[in-house]
Amino acid sequence: MGTKLNAIRRHAVSWTAMLPMAAIVIVAYLGTALWTLRISLSSSRTFPKDDFVGLAQYARLFANDRWMLSLENLALYGVLFIAAALVIGFLLAVFIDQKVAGEGVLRTVFLYPYAMSFVATGLAWQWMLNPEAGIQQAVRRMGYPEFRFDWIVDQDMVMYTIVIATVWQSSGLVMALMLAGLRGIDEEIWKAARIDGIPKWRVYASIVLPMLGPSVATVFMLLATAVVKLFDSVVAMTQGGPGTASEVPTKFIMDHLFGRANIALASAGSIVMLLTVLALVAPILYARSRARRPREAA
Amino acid sequence: MKPGAPPPRRRLPGPARLGVYAFLLCAAAFFLLPLYVMLVTSVKPMEEIRLGNLFALPVAVTIEPWAAAWSDACTGVACEGIRGGFWNSVAIVVPSTILPILFGALNGYTLAFWRPRGSATLFAILMLGAFIPVQVMMFPMVRILAGMGLFSSLPGIVLVHLVFSMPVMTLLFRNYYASIPQELFKAARVDGGGFLRIFVQLMLPMSTPMIIVAAIMQVTGVWNDYILGLVFAGRDNLPMTVQLNNVINTTTGERLYNVNMAATILTSLVPLAVYFVSGRWFVRGIAAGAVKG
Repeated sequence: MGTKLNAIRRHAVSWTAMLPMAAIVIVAYLGTALWTLRISLSSSRTFPKDDFVGLAQYARLFANDRWMLSLENLALYGVLFIAAALVIGFLLAVFIDQKVAGEGVLRTVFLYPYAMSFVATGLAWQWMLNPEAGIQQAVRRMGYPEFRFDWIVDQDMVMYTIVIATVWQSSGLVMALMLAGLRGIDEEIWKAARIDGIPKWRVYASIVLPMLGPSVATVFMLLATAVVKLFDSVVAMTQGGPGTASEVPTKFIMDHLFGRANIALASAGSIVMLLTVLALVAPILYARSRARRPREAA
Repeated sequence: MKPGAPPPRRRLPGPARLGVYAFLLCAAAFFLLPLYVMLVTSVKPMEEIRLGNLFALPVAVTIEPWAAAWSDACTGVACEGIRGGFWNSVAIVVPSTILPILFGALNGYTLAFWRPRGSATLFAILMLGAFIPVQVMMFPMVRILAGMGLFSSLPGIVLVHLVFSMPVMTLLFRNYYASIPQELFKAARVDGGGFLRIFVQLMLPMSTPMIIVAAIMQVTGVWNDYILGLVFAGRDNLPMTVQLNNVINTTTGERLYNVNMAATILTSLVPLAVYFVSGRWFVRGIAAGAVKG
């Protein structure tokens, strides 16, 4: 009798401790996502309405030029940003891994941008890329009056400036995670490769890189979620301009939520983003949980 | 691109070695360039900036722009600098660091040792929640907070930070406690330790490394947040990042680039200080939050 009571009490205590987390999961995560899904199926404008219009908002969304442009921008940005951050981060890690002097200083230098906010770094880059005051003007004054670097005010090039700024900010993170992966690789591989006379770059390309698979997957996941969240840098650097040339989905959604009072359309947009993220992340999470299971069983 | 030619013998300062250093030094210069530009611009008078030489060292060093950025730069109508934003950010960061760590540790402890029925499922959903774009949750959260009377208030923004940081904080502590031997917990149970007593007297004191890592992540993350502060904090509590963006992107007339850059550096000072002081702990936080997920 007494032990049973104790068991119940024990469960009650640990359940009470879980309550805040349960509330947050159920209300703040599941509840809000379902609510947004519901709004996206209605004709709400400024206030949520209870009617049901099927997928009309989604049809409207994909007929919206600004949304389509923001998707195109994000796709272009995502491919370039992830590729560049991966390549630069990996190269930095490999070069730092050559037992160089001043490793600590170099690591600090490569990672410090990641500690700053995207707003602050975005504003710094906006200033450097400004054609009247920034790099273009400085190079012209050095004696190259024809020099042009005005991408940030060029509709066709502006997305590349956001790639540059955010790659600068994030590749240190890739470097740090890759370096941790490199340090985890067995020294024996290097000895064996040396004995066989295999050039170092080939060992990196054919042996080390495939062994870094899990690190690359982690980094990819981090970068991919950063791509979908891209907002602060755009607001700070271009505010979506010139014109609408650097619109991105998050900005489209925020504008329609708060500026243009079209919450149903904004909700449809955010559900599309959610599905994109899940499509990107689910396979990696699934592969990981499968890879982990046998180890835990052992 | 290949990392230099294959070195025939190790540790020989040949061309390959020089190539390695050349690459690293060029990369370091590229990474430091924006910081350099921000620093020199922030101590130049406007006359020097108008000359248009971004990279030139200042001739007449002045700290006037820093003072202006701190106490009388304009955001729209008000000209009070960004010091208000600084104190708002401090007021947001302190509770938004302590509470998420406390709840993260409590969640992690319960998940790792007590495992009440259904907790594993909750945890799995919470982990998926870490990937939900904030926009998905934004409008309903505005409504819920408004219903609670917390929208546009300090407790409201703190609650929002608690919600959004819960996945990573819980993950950090769960993984940390999972690495502690179960025998230790069982021994404490045998000795008659209850739920809270084991948590407060045994687990929390053992968690100092994780608490430091979590604090570094929260302080930098919350300080650097822009979008949540913009939406949820309300006009009286706008964090420094939002005020910084307002100062720079709403100025009319001539842009005071030196003041802008001083404001930008001031806004970055706290996370940079945390980063430089914490060193490897900072990296550890990134790795713990990312790799084990």
